[in-house]
Amino acid sequence: MKAQGTVHKYGNNVDTDVIIPARYLNTQDHKELASHCMEDIDKDFVSKVKEGDIMVAENNFGCGSSREHAPIAIKASGIKCVIAKSFARIFYRNAINIGLPILECSEAGEKIQAGDQVEVDFDTGEIRNITRGETYKAIPFPDFIKEIMDKDGLLNSIKGPAK
Amino acid sequence: MSKMTMTQKILADHAGLDQVVPGQLIRAGLDMVLANDITGPVSINEFEKAGFDSVFDREKISLVMDHFTPNKDIKSAQQCRQCRIFAGKHRIKHFYDVGKMGVEHALLPEQGIVGAGDCIIGADSHTCTYGALGAFSTGVGSTDLAAGMATGEAWFKVPEAIRFELKGKPGPYVGGKDVILHIIGMIGVDGSLYKSMEFTGEGIGNLSMDDRLTIANMAIEAGAKNGIFMVDDVAESYMKLRMERPYKVYEPDEDAEYAETFEIDLSEIKPTVAFPHLPENTRTIDQVGDIAIDQVVIGSCTNGRLSDMGIAADIMKGKKVADGVRAIIIPATQQIYKDCLKLGYIDTFIDAGCVVSTPTCGPCLGGYMGILAQGERCVATTNRNFVGRMGHTESEIYLASPAVAAASALTGKISGPKGE
Ligand code: SF4
Repeated sequence: MKAQGTVHKYGNNVDTDVIIPARYLNTQDHKELASHCMEDIDKDFVSKVKEGDIMVAENNFGCGSSREHAPIAIKASGIKCVIAKSFARIFYRNAINIGLPILECSEAGEKIQAGDQVEVDFDTGEIRNITRGETYKAIPFPDFIKEIMDKDGLLNSIKGPAK
Repeated sequence: MSKMTMTQKILADHAGLDQVVPGQLIRAGLDMVLANDITGPVSINEFEKAGFDSVFDREKISLVMDHFTPNKDIKSAQQCRQCRIFAGKHRIKHFYDVGKMGVEHALLPEQGIVGAGDCIIGADSHTCTYGALGAFSTGVGSTDLAAGMATGEAWFKVPEAIRFELKGKPGPYVGGKDVILHIIGMIGVDGSLYKSMEFTGEGIGNLSMDDRLTIANMAIEAGAKNGIFMVDDVAESYMKLRMERPYKVYEPDEDAEYAETFEIDLSEIKPTVAFPHLPENTRTIDQVGDIAIDQVVIGSCTNGRLSDMGIAADIMKGKKVADGVRAIIIPATQQIYKDCLKLGYIDTFIDAGCVVSTPTCGPCLGGYMGILAQGERCVATTNRNFVGRMGHTESEIYLASPAVAAASALTGKISGPKGE
């Protein structure tokens, strides 16, 4: 599994309230959530983002509430992968559970800049920065997470009455 | 070997293992699975989309309608309706609707639904609150929750722990909120990322259950997977009074391995305020300076319990809220509301010029019941002061104890309870 796209870059402690503000949590419509994604931190994100793009941030991405609406909004906006120096743990599990690939990589979070073209190989954990001619290495998913990702989410991987 | 922390022991037992080590991936059985009116519908959709037609145990699921209830708008009403129908269909035992509901993390411990030794997930980040009772309890997303409702299990990565050895006794008007804000100020909002925060030491005995619930509640604000307290007599009597089922007390092994240990002398902690826009931006009350405010909110799963109301009422008794300040008081559950009535707190608040609301999360997450306009400042006893959390993105939230919030309401600027 691979992804390639243009980078949207953010800093430290991007919290779930800026990823998707609580005032929009009265809906579960993925498209509607996506239409407000990042709006309190980056008003232009929604108009700039293209299908296949990649989001990169620094430390503690997704801190705050447990709202799954946050990774859902990011995924529905077209983002194919989020790379950060570190993630808040609930966001981390939520992203995996809904099938939004995420990778933890300090070097990538540091060096990748907004607008860079980046290619990610989920099998090897290799992140190639095409714009800067650099390669960074993330730890690839362990098998049980790969299986969840391959099946596009946790529920698909345990599907069916559990008897 | 063993050498396990409290959290690790609970996880090992629930995974049917003698031993677990940090980083290990396990599947554990669940004693309680919780969702609210925001996360519930997402979980229910996932549950139904995946084709499940029954829940693993109708007595081990809690659905609490607290965030946008009594419904603030049509969409919220639809979400509650969906939860109500699901709860009816699956005969969910712990379904709390308007009239019975309270803010979930105040409600579940109060009602004896959670207790020591439990393994609990909740589709709400402050599910970590129940660690105050000696439970392993952690926030998850709606998909985890759907899987939990269906199978009674969840996957976990076994966390390491940071130990907080508490000693001493907090001074007057210093409570759980000041302790946890002090700790978050010290270690940062990612200071305990992926890790457990384990609270031990004789100082625990000097903290009320309400204080402990406040501290465990905000473990997530340090990035922790869970916060957990050693169980003492105070905790045991609290649970014995409320729980119908048995609980189990776990203690860390004597040689348990901790990533770090901090010693916290409770007697040295001063009233503490977290400045915008992160809970780690803390200052002690003597360093706050002159900050005029527009609103005060006393309530939430962090500080909406009876003793919080009592401290606020004590400070406001016979006084008036400053001109230009809106003071909003929200007892966190129906029981707390009733006790406040009985003890005369509600009269005190209304006479002082506050508004008192039925239990709801309301303003805590910028839902309703006290949204901030551009440029406004609020002192809140809630747990998050992120950008836009309580309204306009250019409004500001200062997190503090009920004592500081009440004192600030009277002066119209951030003030200490003793007139600092
Ligand atoms: S009171 Fe605030 S933090 Fe607590 S559950 Fe409600 S919205 Fe969440």
